[in-house]
Amino acid sequence: MSQTKSNGTQYAQYFNLFNDLLDSKIGKALNLRKISEKVVYQATYNAMRAGNASARIFKGNTQQKPERLSPQKASDLFDLNYTEDQQMIRESLLQIATKMRAAAEKVDENFTIPDELWAEFNELNLAYLQVPEALGGMMKDKGTVTQMMIAETLAYGDLGQALAMLSHHSVLNAIVEWGSPQQQEELIPGFLNDNPVKATIAVNEPYPLFSPFKLQTKAVRNGDGYTVSGLKHNVPMAKTASYLLILAETSDKGIQALIVDANAQGLTISDDRSMGLNAAALCQVKLDNVQVHESAVLGADKGIQYDQFVSYCKLGWSALAVGCGQAVLDYVIEYCNERVAFGEPITHRQAVAFMIADIKIEVDGMRLLTQRAASKAEQGLDFSKEAYLAHLQCSDKGMQIGSNGVQLLGGHGYIRDYPVQRWYRDLRAVAVSYNGLHL
Amino acid sequence: MNLEIPSKFKSVQNFALMAAQTIFRPISRKYDVGEHQYPKELDLFAAGLNGMNDGSGGAIGGAAAKAEKTEDTGVRNGSNMANVINIQTMCYGDVGLLLAIPGQGLGNAAISAVASDDQKKRLAKKWAAMAITEPNCGSDSSAITTTARKEGDFYILNGEKIYVTSGERSDAVVVWATLDKSIGKAAIKSFVVEKGTPGMEVVRVEKKLGIRASDTAAIVFTDCKVSAANLLGSPEIDVKKGFGGVMETFDNTRPYVAAMALGVAEAALERTREILANHIQLQYNQPINNVSAVEAELYRLEAEYESARLLTLRAAWMADNRKPNSLEASVCKAKAGRMATAVTLKCVELCGSLGYSYSELLEKWARDSKILDIFEGTQQIQQLIIARRILNKSSQELK
Repeated sequence: MSQTKSNGTQYAQYFNLFNDLLDSKIGKALNLRKISEKVVYQATYNAMRAGNASARIFKGNTQQKPERLSPQKASDLFDLNYTEDQQMIRESLLQIATKMRAAAEKVDENFTIPDELWAEFNELNLAYLQVPEALGGMMKDKGTVTQMMIAETLAYGDLGQALAMLSHHSVLNAIVEWGSPQQQEELIPGFLNDNPVKATIAVNEPYPLFSPFKLQTKAVRNGDGYTVSGLKHNVPMAKTASYLLILAETSDKGIQALIVDANAQGLTISDDRSMGLNAAALCQVKLDNVQVHESAVLGADKGIQYDQFVSYCKLGWSALAVGCGQAVLDYVIEYCNERVAFGEPITHRQAVAFMIADIKIEVDGMRLLTQRAASKAEQGLDFSKEAYLAHLQCSDKGMQIGSNGVQLLGGHGYIRDYPVQRWYRDLRAVAVSYNGLHL
Repeated sequence: MNLEIPSKFKSVQNFALMAAQTIFRPISRKYDVGEHQYPKELDLFAAGLNGMNDGSGGAIGGAAAKAEKTEDTGVRNGSNMANVINIQTMCYGDVGLLLAIPGQGLGNAAISAVASDDQKKRLAKKWAAMAITEPNCGSDSSAITTTARKEGDFYILNGEKIYVTSGERSDAVVVWATLDKSIGKAAIKSFVVEKGTPGMEVVRVEKKLGIRASDTAAIVFTDCKVSAANLLGSPEIDVKKGFGGVMETFDNTRPYVAAMALGVAEAALERTREILANHIQLQYNQPINNVSAVEAELYRLEAEYESARLLTLRAAWMADNRKPNSLEASVCKAKAGRMATAVTLKCVELCGSLGYSYSELLEKWARDSKILDIFEGTQQIQQLIIARRILNKSSQELK
């Protein structure tokens, strides 16, 4: 990489950003100052090139090893406390969650998140909490619990917007977890700036009894790459994405994630309006003989461990359900305490009060199940069973909470002026979608 | 953050598992059929257990591990968590037999929670049952009618108590009685009445749906004279503090009842998977609607079980770390109570008539589990406590 003039300008920009970040709350919380000169240099590396129609090839030193986050050495003791850093991150996220909530009704109707909100979210530079130090981030160890906490807190603001905001962060997680050195080197810098590259993950296909383990999207070996055809849908943020991770059944390596440029030949993206998640502008993605170079298989030769990939996705959706469930709880407590019928607040009736108590019981359980799976994941332990059970409980109870949220508001609950109907629509996705998320 | 059981409790767990498998399970059916027979096999076990517990103040079945502080985080995993693990594991053996272990009554928990040092010393070796419920008062324990009248250095007790767990076999009973009915909750005090005290009579032992290994007695007090030294807590009527003293016990014991529910459910789930082994493949990855109906049911039951288990560990962890956990204790009791009934009943259904017959213990666990959603606060009482707390309502507002 040569230090051209344009790179020099970029360097200056990144350097300013970097200084801002050092002074930010999160930066202080995570003691950013320890990051070396080398890291700053790496962060200046060319961001994503504009996509071109020919298949993307990842070149570079093939001897290099990928940078991975190490498993976290947790204390042997049972401990539900967040660290001080995590508490600080959560506090700053709660501020943006409040703004997301305020904007949610409009976003739901317009299918777009306002630029100011994006800018504010981007300023948090959450990517630094995902990337290893050697690649320009701030992390040494895996932070799956932190990732879950971020997802939960954003979804407390608004589930759909959280999905939109986390979709490129999820792609980044997948690149950190599975990417080849060349992919890491080329793609990661694009996330480490104030206007990070947009990308998304596409798993779901519009077939009855869809299973992520039986994909109809096929990647057939063809010389030094694959020819990919198939149909994906319910894909969040596909229209604004620069590239997508397309999950496909390859003819020689089982299911793999393929890095496909959004403007690749044979790829068409169209709107896919659905029950909810409007904030994430769901799309259908059609692949018609799209050419993908073998170096664009996530993880290159080694590929991904797809079981685990799906488990990370389930963690993401579970975390969103927890945040949204908590939003329902806090909302109905306030609403039902104020709502008067027959001369007293309706919360003076057990029929109402017990429904709210049940929401509390179930949302607490959902959170603990998800936290257990996340904490096993970050300790490098097998967490597939825990993620499966957490996701199942979050699907079932999350939907029950969504339904009871509407019920508790009665007729008002059915009107789009109130948020509970949106949570009802969004929470239905938890059982259904494997798209967009990878903690 | 870490939600795994710490390794220091492995020995507690292994000991309890040994007891569950080699002492409780083999005699499980025997004392279910032979209701009201004394489970003599437990005597030797109890002697060992009480030896281990000396001085630890561990409650029901509690081989308590010592609370210790780690240097870096200051987090404690102590006796509350050890008790939860221990109780769950033993109830995986048999919940009725756990309740029947000599020396491990609920009264012992009350004594260790509120007794003075002198009382603790005097009553340490006594097996103490707890007598609260009356024929006309269950969940509303503030409405009890048993009276205690001060007479010199004694109190005179009159009234009838029912559903006293281990009421027949225990050495003493902790009796709730009111000093003055007109004052309400604040006048309710608890008294340790030792067996053989004149005026105290066990009039009946109940025949029950389940937990038949545990005796459940009705006790009548007729001018029963109890030494004033046996009153637990303060003898004064403090209207401000009210019920606090006597109710404190329940914050501690609700997670233990939740742990019992976990043990029964765990046993039923495990046995059901064994029985169905040739008909199921649990891979924990396929979408729930792409697996067989039986598999889907088993996944869902396990998820419910896990939720209840983690909620219970949370309540115990909070108690160990001196965080107020009244709300969380009710949350775990509510979830675990209903989970255990749902899980054990569904396990009978999944195993068909095999599950229903005496040839398996599944039908027994389905009968045993029901009490766990009733005693120490029914499902509905827990919901009431939770609702009042999160909605910020008084008992006058949310009745």
